[in-house]
Amino acid sequence: MIDPTAAARRPPLFALEGLEVSFPGRPVVRGLDLSVAEGETVALVGESGCGKSTTALAAMRLLPRSGRIDAGRIAFEGRDLAVLSPAELRDLRGRRLAMIFQEPMTSLNPVLTIGRQIAEVLIRHEHLSRRAARARAIELLDLVRIAEPHRRIDDHPHRLSGGMRQRVMIAIAVACRPKLLFADEPTTALDVTIQAQVLDLLDRLRRDLGMALVLITHDLGVVAQYADRVVVMYAGHKVEEATTAELFARPLHPYTRGLLAAAPRLDTGLHHSEGRLAEIPGAPDGGVDHPGCAFAPRCPEVRADCRVTPPRPLAIGDRLVACPPAVASAPRANAMRGAHDAVG
Amino acid sequence: MLGTLNRLLWTLVRGVLRAVPTLVGVVVVSFLLMQAAPGDAADVMAGESGTSTVETMAILRARFGLDQPVLTQFVGFVANLAHFSLGRSPRWDVPVADLILARLPDTLLLMGSALGFAVVLGIGLGAVMASFVNRWPDRILSVVTLLFYSVPGFWTGLMAILIFSVGLGLLPSGGSQTIAAGLTGWDRVWDVAAHLVLPAAALSTFFVAVYARLTRAAMLEVQGQDYVRTATAKGLHPIVVATRHVLRNALVPVTTVAGLHVGSLLGGAMVIETVFSWPGLGRLAFEAVMKRDFSVLLGILVVSSVVVVVVDVLVDLLHAALDPRIEGHGHG
Repeated sequence: MIDPTAAARRPPLFALEGLEVSFPGRPVVRGLDLSVAEGETVALVGESGCGKSTTALAAMRLLPRSGRIDAGRIAFEGRDLAVLSPAELRDLRGRRLAMIFQEPMTSLNPVLTIGRQIAEVLIRHEHLSRRAARARAIELLDLVRIAEPHRRIDDHPHRLSGGMRQRVMIAIAVACRPKLLFADEPTTALDVTIQAQVLDLLDRLRRDLGMALVLITHDLGVVAQYADRVVVMYAGHKVEEATTAELFARPLHPYTRGLLAAAPRLDTGLHHSEGRLAEIPGAPDGGVDHPGCAFAPRCPEVRADCRVTPPRPLAIGDRLVACPPAVASAPRANAMRGAHDAVG
Repeated sequence: MLGTLNRLLWTLVRGVLRAVPTLVGVVVVSFLLMQAAPGDAADVMAGESGTSTVETMAILRARFGLDQPVLTQFVGFVANLAHFSLGRSPRWDVPVADLILARLPDTLLLMGSALGFAVVLGIGLGAVMASFVNRWPDRILSVVTLLFYSVPGFWTGLMAILIFSVGLGLLPSGGSQTIAAGLTGWDRVWDVAAHLVLPAAALSTFFVAVYARLTRAAMLEVQGQDYVRTATAKGLHPIVVATRHVLRNALVPVTTVAGLHVGSLLGGAMVIETVFSWPGLGRLAFEAVMKRDFSVLLGILVVSSVVVVVVDVLVDLLHAALDPRIEGHGHG
């Protein structure tokens, strides 16, 4: 794991600044700031529909036709992806930036062999010959731990299990050694025994290839194990950001606390026969009709002014929380350390 | 690549096995239909000569076996078929197979060109429409294909003759080659091609429209698939994404319908052959009906259904080649 303070001091590899994304009549991402340092794993967590996947798709400029980037910068290696021409964008995609998706069953083209699908990206960006690309594809299949790669390379996707297809997707994504990989719920569709293997593989490749990883998930167990830093999203806003250790030790935002309480844990000895699993009442898109905090309708600690003033992210030490009451009641030592930031 | 060959082989075997009962059904039903039709060749011949007696008609019928019971005639027909013979034509007094084989190449040429033209142009237009969906190229082509779809082929054919043959004098208006020109080699090919352009185009307009609309719909559906997003995420050019990833998948439903249309193409060919006096099976069938020469008509029905069945097997093979998920055998 990278020392988070060191990572924070380095200029970020990738940064979102005030990203706003909307679908017709519906804002999905609202003023999101996010930065990722080289080699870092940042987890983006939140309930379904909070805008995590949309954020990643917008960063790759892969939004469906109806989606729009309304505002914000997407800084990557000194360029703004939000205004890049299609040709420049194509040159980066698959080479410097890559993405793997939630659905390995449908993310591979059913009529092309996996070998061709891996070779395609190598031919596109590294201008390899077909033969050289095929040899590299076999190496990549071996790299993602697919047994007998020289035989598997001519298989079509329907011959492969979900876990193997996701490995193929990873092979495609890392083929040109990207600097940044978005993994959008990479293991959600896989069964539990395979999940750990795929995540371990991703983490190993991140270290070996020196790439940064943006891991989108709603599985807090995954976050705890693999992420250096966590960004918690709610209804398109960033509500909290902290290093993984700090977030799990002291979740500050009421939403984060709810999420952690809702995660099943073995160590508490809590079994369904002894007590009910905690849940956050309500649903994220509860129709916020006030200018204040989007989480207010579901917040157990809501105050009158929460519905009036939109909460700005306030810094406490090297973490951020978009909840003034939570900041006020945070442990003094932390609050003092970040006081000068908190005022602004 | 052995897997692909194996798959294609199984598809072929399965297709051939499935074709046998189809052909048996076609033979039985066509034969019964012919029996149900009023009149026979003897009636027409007698009417034309104007001096026939009941006796001469009985002799004619006896000579062609038309006086036999239906079952005996059927057994005779099937026995002939078993020897790859279609019987003898009462009207033309030559083997039916010779009549048909003389016309079949011209019809196959017309159908093949029309189908090829329709598939290439239809898929091309459909791909353009899907790539520019709801923008002006799509809107214009939608109107054009709607016109192609609704205007009958014979009218298109007549208008084409009027413009390109009568008006501009660019292309011949009928026949399949210049009669008695004695052309050989490339001159002959060129001559046949010039004769082919108008009828093939007129026959294909409807099918161009069908394939264009189908390709557009199929591509739009495929465009929303996850693997197309994967292809875009690789940094591929939109044209590469559209051809290698979208079109290849969209072709599967298009080829199915293209195969189904071969039958109606054969029907359409009859009309077009009449308009362009193209010496094909369609006109032979028309003449056979007018002369009540049902042995020729029956022969044409059997041969056309063989053509359709063969094309069906070919389409299955094409399918298996396009879509690796289609396994030739049930397990696997």
